[in-house]
This record gives sequence, structure tokens and C-alpha cells, in this order.
Amino acid sequence: MLRIKNINTFYGKVHALKNVSLHLGEGEIVTLIGANGAGKTTILNSISGIIPASTGEIVFRKDAITALSPDKVVQHGISQVPEGRQVFKPLSVEDNLELGAYLRYRSREGKAAIHKDMELVFELFPRLKERRKQLSGTMSGGEQQMLAIGRALMAKPKLLLLDEPSMGLAPLVVQEIFHVLKRLRQENGTTILLVEQNAKAALKLADRGYVLETGKVILEGPADELLENAEVKRAYLGKDKKEIWER
Amino acid sequence: MQFDQILQYTLSGLSTGAIYALIGIGFSIIYNATGIINFAQGEFVMLGGLFTLSCLEFLKLPLWAAIPCAIAASTLVGMLFERLAIRPLRQPTPINLVIITIGGSILIRGLAMLVWGKDTHAVPSFSGDTPIAIGGATILPQHLWIFAITLIIIAVNKVYFYHTISGKAMRACSYNRRAAGLVGIDVRRMVMFSFIISSAMGAVAGIIIAPLTMTAYDVGVMLGLKGFCAAIIGGMSSGLSTVIGGLLLGVLESLGAGLISSGYKDAIAFIILLLILFFRPQGLFGKADSERV
Repeated sequence: MLRIKNINTFYGKVHALKNVSLHLGEGEIVTLIGANGAGKTTILNSISGIIPASTGEIVFRKDAITALSPDKVVQHGISQVPEGRQVFKPLSVEDNLELGAYLRYRSREGKAAIHKDMELVFELFPRLKERRKQLSGTMSGGEQQMLAIGRALMAKPKLLLLDEPSMGLAPLVVQEIFHVLKRLRQENGTTILLVEQNAKAALKLADRGYVLETGKVILEGPADELLENAEVKRAYLGKDKKEIWER
Repeated sequence: MQFDQILQYTLSGLSTGAIYALIGIGFSIIYNATGIINFAQGEFVMLGGLFTLSCLEFLKLPLWAAIPCAIAASTLVGMLFERLAIRPLRQPTPINLVIITIGGSILIRGLAMLVWGKDTHAVPSFSGDTPIAIGGATILPQHLWIFAITLIIIAVNKVYFYHTISGKAMRACSYNRRAAGLVGIDVRRMVMFSFIISSAMGAVAGIIIAPLTMTAYDVGVMLGLKGFCAAIIGGMSSGLSTVIGGLLLGVLESLGAGLISSGYKDAIAFIILLLILFFRPQGLFGKADSERV
């Protein structure tokens, strides 16, 4: 459904992505893991059109979306949940969710359908419902993360990009969020590209994974294989070097 | 006697204050949508008045038709300004933008001088000049027009920004541009739209005040600065606090001019501006920024 072919992306003069290629099948959960600065976020931002790739091609369901602006990418059915939630803090939970459906309002889709989807989001994250009138900036980090995901879902994306949804959250909240991701795939068939520092949790959820290092894909494969891979264990799963060597 | 005088000053202060408020809201709308302080805002006030004059005298339109034409023409200038001066900048810094908007304002003023000359022009009032007595003070019908139109515009603004998806989207752009793009909002279109609203509002302000104060190619400078003061007092909000800021400024100015000396009229506005910037840069009613991460 999504195919990235040999993209190169630059931040000014910094060569952030070097000939990166990857692909996602319909209904797959794929994770990108790697250290800080490996280029995980950049891949998402290149897909979303925030920092367009300067060479290479990104194809989504037969459409080239390489050079599109962020709003056009959303129009194609790709929504990003950005790093650090980025909710509209001075707006209420409801307003944030409504804005998630901005393009649907613009295409004159009825209010009823949009509000029905808002109820679906509230069903996924009951805590948002309790706080629907609250200003989103006054909520906890976990609640803001739920809102950010809910906002992205309001656009009814075919492909959901998530950037470090577990960052800075309590383990229980992370569990809740990952559980919702699983449900989304099961119930709506949403395809998910997940960027995570928490490699173990991400690989347990995902079908496949890519390992990035300094802007390059160095390893790819089914998630359970990556979980067992010695190099991945050493570098990203926090297993002690000695422990692996002694085996 | 003294009381009547104060009432008189207050009433005329409120009507100029309403104008400052409209101009100030124009500043805030663009600032909130884009982070730009558009120092050319005052020029749209001037254009509103002078375009009305041209529509009346050269096109021989009746007043009711001349006004929408003038608003449309000024808005068109606002759109061109955004398109030609603001949009082409890739990664503009605040100082670039300040210089560009000041440059734009000088250019617009210069062109206006070529078109309309240096004379001061009178624009007829909307419904006669028979004074109306209120207590011991008198006001003109035009004052009532100013109050009514300002009120309507503020109400429409409120509804737009708080109860329509497009208005919420514009606020979203001001709070978090990147996230706005990620939910599918075309940020550049919103920027253009903010210039359209602001230039139209500036033009309206210029049109409704022109019958009272007359108009000329350079009225935009002072009115623009006063509107900027109103916006600063209101903490750059596009709502009620800027309105109160404008009214406060108008009344203080008018009382100061009447009771102390009319020579200090403009000085009062700028003293207030400086005091606010020194002691309450977040505006008279604003809370200091606090963020929860």
C-alpha cells in the first residue's frame, strides 16, 4: 500500500536519509526502530510532506505523493500522530477532534457522520469523553497522546503514522495505547507505521520491523526474528553484551 | 457643565476607540494566524476611505454601493500584498517580516499619494449631520453607525473564530502550524485568508471614520499605530480584550486631549503603549504564558 523507493532527505546540509526504501502492505503494522537521530522521525516527515524527500519516490496506492504538501497527504488518507503529541493546547478536546476531521468538513461531509466517529474515538479512549470540554493543554501527557491519536483517526486514515507514542508515559498508559493500536488494525484494518524508542514493545506489536542507523536501513525482517536478532538485542533491547556473548 | 464635557469627551472617545479596536483586531488576526505583525494594516484603513471617495466621485456610485466596492478593492490590495510580499519568503525571520510590512506600507502610501494627491478629502456621512443630544452631550448619526458596525463585526468575528470549523482551523494554525498541516489544514490558504479578513476590516474602519475625520493618503500611519496600541493592550487577542483596549485608548486620548491639552493626544496613546510593553507585555488582561509538556 505504501512504497518508499530510495529517498534522500536533507535538513539544510545534513543528509538525514540515505537511499531509504521500505514498504507496507495493506493492514500491516510495521515499526521503525533505531537510536536518536537515526532518521525515524524524518521518514515519517518525508511521507507527510513536512520535509519532502529531495530524490526518490513515495507511492501510496498507485499515487506518487513524494512532493505533496502536508494537507494533500492527509487528503490521500495518511495521517500522522506527531512526536510530542502536538495537540492544539488552547482548544478543547472536542475542538481538537473536530479539526481532525477538517478535510471531511471541507468536502461537505455531514456533521452526523463526523460526530458518530467522534463517539467511536470516545469509545476507544473513554477518558477523552470525560474531558470533552476541557482545554487539551491542561490534560496529562497520556491523555494528550490519546487525543493526538483520536484527532488523527477523525480523518479516517487508511495509513496511520505514529511517532513515539510511548514517549514520557507511564507503562500502564503505554499498554492502553498499544492495545488501542491493535484494536484499530483488527476492527478497521488500519495500516500502521510505528516509530518507537521502546523497541521491545514495538516489535511485540508489529508484524515487521526496520532497523535504522544514521539515516540508513541496516536490517529488516519479521518482528519476531528481529526480537531474537543478536545485534538488535544488543543495541536496542538493552540486553547486556555479556549475556549474549556467553550464550 | 464639567460633567457634560466629560460625557462629551467620553462619547467621542468611544467612537474613535471603536475604530482603534477594529484596526487592532486586524493586527491580531494576522498575528495569530501567521506570527506576523503587519505594519501595513493602517494603509488598508486609508485605502477604505479613499476608495470610497473614488467610487463616489469617479464612478458616480451611490454610497450604499460605493462602500462594498471600496471594501472589495482594499481587500484585493491586501491579497496582492500577501501574495507578492509575504508568501515568496521562504523561512522568513521576524525582522525580515517587520521590514517587509513597513516597506509595503510605505509603498502603498506612496502609490496612494500619486493617485489621490496630498489633499485631505471629505467623505459624506452615511445619514446626515443632524446632531443628536444625549444628556448634555451631542453626537452625530455617524457615531451611531460606528458603534453599530463595530458591534456587528465583533460579533461576527466571535462566531467565526469560536463556532465555525474554518475559524477554529485558523486558530489551530496560530497555536501549532505544523500540527495544523498534519490534520489537513492548508496553512498557506489560511494565511491568505487572514490577510483578506484583516484588510477588509481595516477598510471598514477607514470607511466609517472618514466622514468624521476626513481622509488623506497618510491617515493610515497614525490610525495603524493606534490600532497596534489597542492590540498590544489587548494582548494580541482577536476578541474582547482588544476591543476594550481600543475603547480604553480612545477614551483616555479624548479625555486627555479635552482636559489637559489637545497637543498631548497622540502622546497619550504612545505612553500607554510603552507602559504596557514595560509592565504587562502579555496585555492588560492576558495571563503569562504557561505550558504543560
